[in-house]
Formats: sequence, structure tokens, C-alpha cells
Amino acid sequence: MSETIQLQIARYSPESDDEPRWQTFETPVRKEWTVLDALNYIKDRVDGSVTYRWSCRMGICGSCGMMVNGEPKLTCATFLGDYLPGPVRIAPLRYFPVVRDLVVEIGDFLEKLVAVKPWLVRKEEKAPDAGEYLQTPQQLDAYKQFSLCINCMLCYAACPVYGLEPGFIGPAALALAQRYNLDSRDQGAGERMDILSQAEGIWGCTFVGECTAACPKHVDPAGAIQQYKVAAVQDWFKTLLLPRGAR
Amino acid sequence: MKPRALAHTPYHPRWYRPRVSTYWWLHQWSYARFVLRELTSIFVAWFVLLTLFGLRALERGPAAYAAYLAWLRRPTVVAIDAISFLFVLFHAVTWFSLAPRAMVLRVGGKRVPEKVIAGAIYAVWVVISVVLGRFLLGG
Repeated sequence: MSETIQLQIARYSPESDDEPRWQTFETPVRKEWTVLDALNYIKDRVDGSVTYRWSCRMGICGSCGMMVNGEPKLTCATFLGDYLPGPVRIAPLRYFPVVRDLVVEIGDFLEKLVAVKPWLVRKEEKAPDAGEYLQTPQQLDAYKQFSLCINCMLCYAACPVYGLEPGFIGPAALALAQRYNLDSRDQGAGERMDILSQAEGIWGCTFVGECTAACPKHVDPAGAIQQYKVAAVQDWFKTLLLPRGAR
Repeated sequence: MKPRALAHTPYHPRWYRPRVSTYWWLHQWSYARFVLRELTSIFVAWFVLLTLFGLRALERGPAAYAAYLAWLRRPTVVAIDAISFLFVLFHAVTWFSLAPRAMVLRVGGKRVPEKVIAGAIYAVWVVISVVLGRFLLGG
């Protein structure tokens, strides 16, 4: 434990602060340590009042997203040694209201997530003894990439549209909507269209593409949204040109 | 009626809400590149206007068209054209690199790789450019 690194952590106490301030901590650097390990070291050994979210520390729960040197990162999947000689600036996820220190308010995202109905919508459920809804590997392949989302919200912190227009449904929720739209077992595309085709839905996206760059699971939300735009335009042409029965 | 789910997070006196700076697009190269890409539309519009004015001059007869050509040769117009050309090139290249992301083509159940689609678009671009070039320059 020879090397050390400076961590500048954004501190915000809702009781006493008007805005966040930076507090500097010195932590050891170990080869296998992630930024989250350094935060845990500080909380355990230096200052127990540092507040942040984390859970699985293996890149699947999506709780520990923060801005590391200005980039949205899962702190459990970001190695501390990569930032030597430092300092490392750790701030709460951009564009979200800050509750305390590194903890942001995510209610807005959760409401938007529910709004796009991210579950299988069936017009009629099969009886349980009628068997499973079967799917071929190709049908799985159509949506699998979009199903890898862990709701970590790094894409929201990367998206300037979400920052400027907080009503925008945003990358992850739109990608998840597309995940269910592309699922051969799902019949809810029409219901989702009402929410998705609003100005604050897919058309709010200007294809900055940073959501895809930030995604730790390679979901490609930007691609999902553009593909959905293409599908929506095709639908619109169909309603314009084809008789009702042929759509 | 606006769906409830799209309402903004309600005001909470103790949450800190940072304001997004007017210059947010200068803080990160990828954002600046995006804004430049959006601005290329102005230069695309410039070339559209040039073409429309050219057509109008053609329609008005040889004298008008000669005046149009003389106007095109002005150093300021040539300079604007040169800058516009760079922006339109940037527009085309970024558009071509983004287009495969929106297009999902499947052959034999497998998605065609983005590079193949982008390569095909570039190939079409070259072919059209050569055909147009021959038509315009070769006579």
C-alpha cells in the first residue's frame, strides 16, 4: 500500500448547504480497487457521513452510478488505478436532483419507466395448461441486446436532452419500450405508441449518441430510439396508404 | 391531457437542482461535435438556396444566368462555398456513420454488421458522385 490518490467528493447536506462543495480525501490505491472500493474505504475509515448508493459491486444492480471526472460511470466497474496520479472528482449523477452527497432522486426515471409498460402486454392470456409462449433464437436475438439494461441511469446523465428538457422520457425507458415492442410474445406496441410518439418520447431524441457511449451494458439506447423512429414513420405511412384491414 | 408519468419531479425544497449551463455543449468534445453536426443544416440549406437561385437564373434567360455565374465567382461567395463544403462533408460523414444504427437488416436471421451497411452507403455515394461528375464535367 504505497501509492495514494486524492478523491474530491461532492458533499451536499440538505440541512446546511445551499449547493454542493468539494471535500478532498486521500486514499490508498490498490491494483484491484475500484472507485467504489475507495469510497467504501473513506466511509469505513475516514468519514462515515459520506453518503452514496451501492449494492452488488459487480455491475448488475445499477445503484452505484456517479460522475467520475465528469463522465457517468458505474463506480464498481471503474478502476481507481486508471486515474493515477489523480485527483479523481466524484459527483452525483448529472441532471438529477441531489438528495445528499452522491445520492440523487430517481423518482422521475422510475415514473417514466412505468409509463412505457416494460412488461409483456397480451391482448388475451393463454391458459396456463396451454403451454409456454415459445420463441426461436432469432426472435430472442431481435430484442436481447435491449434487455440487458440494468436501470443504472448513466444514459440519463449522458443525455443533454434530458438535462435541458426534463420531460423527455429518456434513453433507458425508450430502449426498454423497444425491447418489449420487439419481443415476439408482446402485443403492446400500440399501447406504448401513445406515450412514445409524443414530442417528449422518441421525437425528443436528437441522436447525440452519448447514451450509447455511456452504457456499461452495451444496450445502445440511441440505436433503439432511431430504430423506433423508423418503425413509427413506416406505421404512419401504412395508416396513410393502406386500408384498415391490411395494416 | 398530459400523462401523469411525464410530469416533472415535484419541487422539493431540500434537493439541490443544478442548472444546465448555456454553454453545456462546450464542456465536452462529443457534445460540441453534436452541435456542429446540427449546425451543418445551415450550410446544407445554403447549397439548396444556391441551386434554387441557379434554376431561377436559368429560367430568366442567358443574361441572368451569366450574372448568376459572375456572382458565384466573387471571392466572398467562393469562401462561403468552401466553408460550406467542409460542413456538408462533415454532415455526410456523420450521417453515414449514424444511419446503420437506425437500420436493422437481417440476412439469414443474423444482423448485418454496421460496417457493412456503412460501406454500402459509401459505395453508393462514390458511384453517384462519379456518374454526376462525368455528366457535369465530361459533357
